Amino acid sequence: MTWRDTLWTALDAVRSHRLRSSLTMLGILIGITAVVLTVGIGQGASATVRDQINELGTNLLVVSPGSSTNSTGVRTGFATATTLMQADATALTSKVAAPDVEAVSPVSTASAELVNPTTGANWTTTLTGTTPSWQTTRSRGAVQGRFLTATDERNAAAVVVLGPDTVTQLFPGVDPLGSSVTYNGVKLQVVGVLANLSSAEQAASNDLAVVPLSTYSQRLVGGASRNSVSSIYVKSTSAGTLSAAYQETNALLLNSHHVANAGTADFSVATQQSILAASNQVDNTLTVMLAGIAVISLLVGGIGVMNIMLVSVTERIREIGVRKAIGAAPSVIRRQFLVEASVLGLAGGLLGVGLGVLGAVLVPEFSDQRVILSIPASIGAIVIAVGIGVVFGVYPASRAARLAPIDALRSE
Amino acid sequence: MPTSHDVTSPAVVELIDVGKVYRNGELEVAALRGVSLRIDEKEFVAIVGPSGSGKSTLMHILGCLDVPTSGVFRIVGHDAQSLDEDVLARIRNMFIGFVFQQFNLLAHMTALQNVELPLVYAAIDPDERRARAVAALERVSLVDRAEHRPGELSGGQQQRVAVARALVTDPALILADEPTGNLDSVAAADVLVLLEELNADGRTLVLITHERDVATRAHRIIEMRDGQAVDSDHAVEVVRRGGRV
Ligand SMILES: Nc1ncnc2c1ncn2[C@@H]1O[C@H](COP(=O)(O)OP(=O)(O)O)[C@@H](O)[C@H]1O
Ligand SMILES: [Mg+2]
Repeated sequence: MTWRDTLWTALDAVRSHRLRSSLTMLGILIGITAVVLTVGIGQGASATVRDQINELGTNLLVVSPGSSTNSTGVRTGFATATTLMQADATALTSKVAAPDVEAVSPVSTASAELVNPTTGANWTTTLTGTTPSWQTTRSRGAVQGRFLTATDERNAAAVVVLGPDTVTQLFPGVDPLGSSVTYNGVKLQVVGVLANLSSAEQAASNDLAVVPLSTYSQRLVGGASRNSVSSIYVKSTSAGTLSAAYQETNALLLNSHHVANAGTADFSVATQQSILAASNQVDNTLTVMLAGIAVISLLVGGIGVMNIMLVSVTERIREIGVRKAIGAAPSVIRRQFLVEASVLGLAGGLLGVGLGVLGAVLVPEFSDQRVILSIPASIGAIVIAVGIGVVFGVYPASRAARLAPIDALRSE
Repeated sequence: MPTSHDVTSPAVVELIDVGKVYRNGELEVAALRGVSLRIDEKEFVAIVGPSGSGKSTLMHILGCLDVPTSGVFRIVGHDAQSLDEDVLARIRNMFIGFVFQQFNLLAHMTALQNVELPLVYAAIDPDERRARAVAALERVSLVDRAEHRPGELSGGQQQRVAVARALVTDPALILADEPTGNLDSVAAADVLVLLEELNADGRTLVLITHERDVATRAHRIIEMRDGQAVDSDHAVEVVRRGGRV
C-alpha cells in the first residue's frame, strides 16, 4: 500500500467518524492552546519586566540601601534601610572622585494622599522627593510649566511637578498650573506637568508627584531618617563608561561608609544588566513552571488520543478483519492507525495554535496582561501534537495489527 | 473434468489430518477432527453438511484466515504454518478471493471503493485500479451502482459487489461460504451463475452450500459431518439419494 493511499484511508476514517474525531482533536486542541497561551503569557510578562528595566536606560546605575546576602546567608541592611544619605549623593557629584559620573539624583519615595483643595478631589500617588538632576538621570522633563530648580531645592519650596495621570485624577479637565494641592495640610503649588510615557508597560510611571528633596525631607515626610534616601540614580557620561562609573561609585561609597570588605557593604549598586540578569532568573523559574503545566495538559491530551484510538480499534475490529481478509498486512493496518492518530494530532495541533492565537489577541483586550506569541513555540506545539498522535497511537495501532483475521471478522 | 489427481503439480490446497479445537476458557470444541483432502487447479468443489459440522472452520483454514491446531495445511505446496503474516496477507490478496455469507463490505465506502480495496493493498496505481474495479463491476452488471454505498444496495447487489471484490485481483482460488444464505432465490441464482462462470474461466472454486441441487453441479462434493470430511463419490451418492446416508 502506498503512503498516499494510507493517508487517504486515514483521512477517510477521520471524516467518516466525525464525533469521535472531533473529541480526540478537542483533547489535543486544549493541550496545545494551553501551551501556546502559557508560553505567550510567560513571554509577555517577562517582556513587561524587561521593558521596565530597559526604561532605566543603558547608562544608569541604581544605588540602593542595604546589602546583598552576606556570607552567612543573612540579609542585612534592610532592617535599617537608612544607610543611604543625601551626603552620599553629594559626594558622587565630585568630578575628581567620580569623573565618569554625569549626573546624580537622590530619590526618596512614599505613598501619599494628595487633595485638590478647590474641588476636594483626592488621589493617592507616589510622592517623590528628588533634585533637579532627576531630569538628566531619568531623561524626562516637564511638558507644561517647568521642572524643579536649584532655587526650589535650596529654599525647600512648596512646589510640585505632577505626572500626567495624577493631573487627570486631581484636575479633571482643568489646567493645573498655578493651582495647588495639599498633602498633610501642607499646600504645594503645581509648577509643572511631566511628559507622558506612552507605552502600556510604562503607564505606572505617569502617576507620581515630584517635589524638591529638601521639601520632602524637611516639610512633608521627615521623621528620624530625614537625611536618608530611598535610592540614588547615577548616570554615567556614556554607555561605554558605565563600568568605570560603577567602580567609582562603589569605591567612593565603600570609603565614605568605612566598609573594608565589599561583601559586607551596607548598600548595593545595580546596573540595568544586573537587574536584567536577576529578572531573567525569575523568568526561568516561571518558564519551568509554565512548561510543567503545559506538559501535564499535553499528557492528558495524549492519553485522550490513546483512549479514543483504542475505542476506535475496538469499534472497528470487523472492518480490520475485512481489510485483513482481502490482503492488508499487519504493517499496513498498523500504519493506517498510526497515520490516523497523527492526522488527528496535526489537526488538533493546528486548531490549538489557531485558538491560542485568538486567545493571544483577546486576552489583552480584557486584561492588562500582555501575550507575546512565539512562532518557534507554535511550530513546536504542532510537532508535539503530531508526536502525541504517533506515540499514543502506537499501542492501539499495534493491537489492531496483531488481531487474527478470523477473530476480527467474527467479532460483532 | 479434472477429477483424477495430477501428482506432478502441487495441489492448490492440501490438508493432512487437520484438527481444529476452539478453546473458550474451560470449554473445548473440536470443530475439525482429522480432515485430509486436496483440491486441484480448476476444480469446483461443493462443501455440504449440517450446521455446526465444521464447514466454515474448514473454509477459514483454506482461506488462510485461521490456522489448524493440528495436522498440516499446504497452499500451493507451502506449509502455511511456515509462512509469516506478511506472506499470508499477500496470498489472501493475490491468490484468494473470499465471498462471505454476510457480504462484509465496508459501509462507509462506495461499491467502487470496496472493489478497489484489494488493489490498494496490492499497491496498484490509481488509474489501473479504477479501470480494473470498473471492469469487475461490469462483470457483475453493477457499473451503474458504482457510486452507491452498501446501505443503498439490495442484498443481492451487495453480494455481487462482494463477488466483484473477490475477482478483481484475478485470484486462482475463489472461496464462498454460503454466499446465497441471505439472498432470495432470484438473487441467489445470479450469484451462483457468476461464481460458476469464474470456475469456467479456470479458477478453483470452493463453495459451501445448503442447496443440494447446487452441490450436484459441482465436480466434487465434500460432506462434512461432526468435524470429519466424507469425500467425493460417496457424497455424490448421498446427494442423489436425497441427503440421507
Ligand atoms: N470461535 C469459535 N469458538 C468456539 N467454537 C466455535 C467457534 N467457531 C465455531 N465454533 C464451533 O465449531 C463447530 C463448527 O462450526 P462451523 O465451522 O462454523 O460450522 P458450520 O459452518 O458447518 O455451521 C460448531 O460446533 C461451532 O459451535
Ligand atoms: Mg458456517
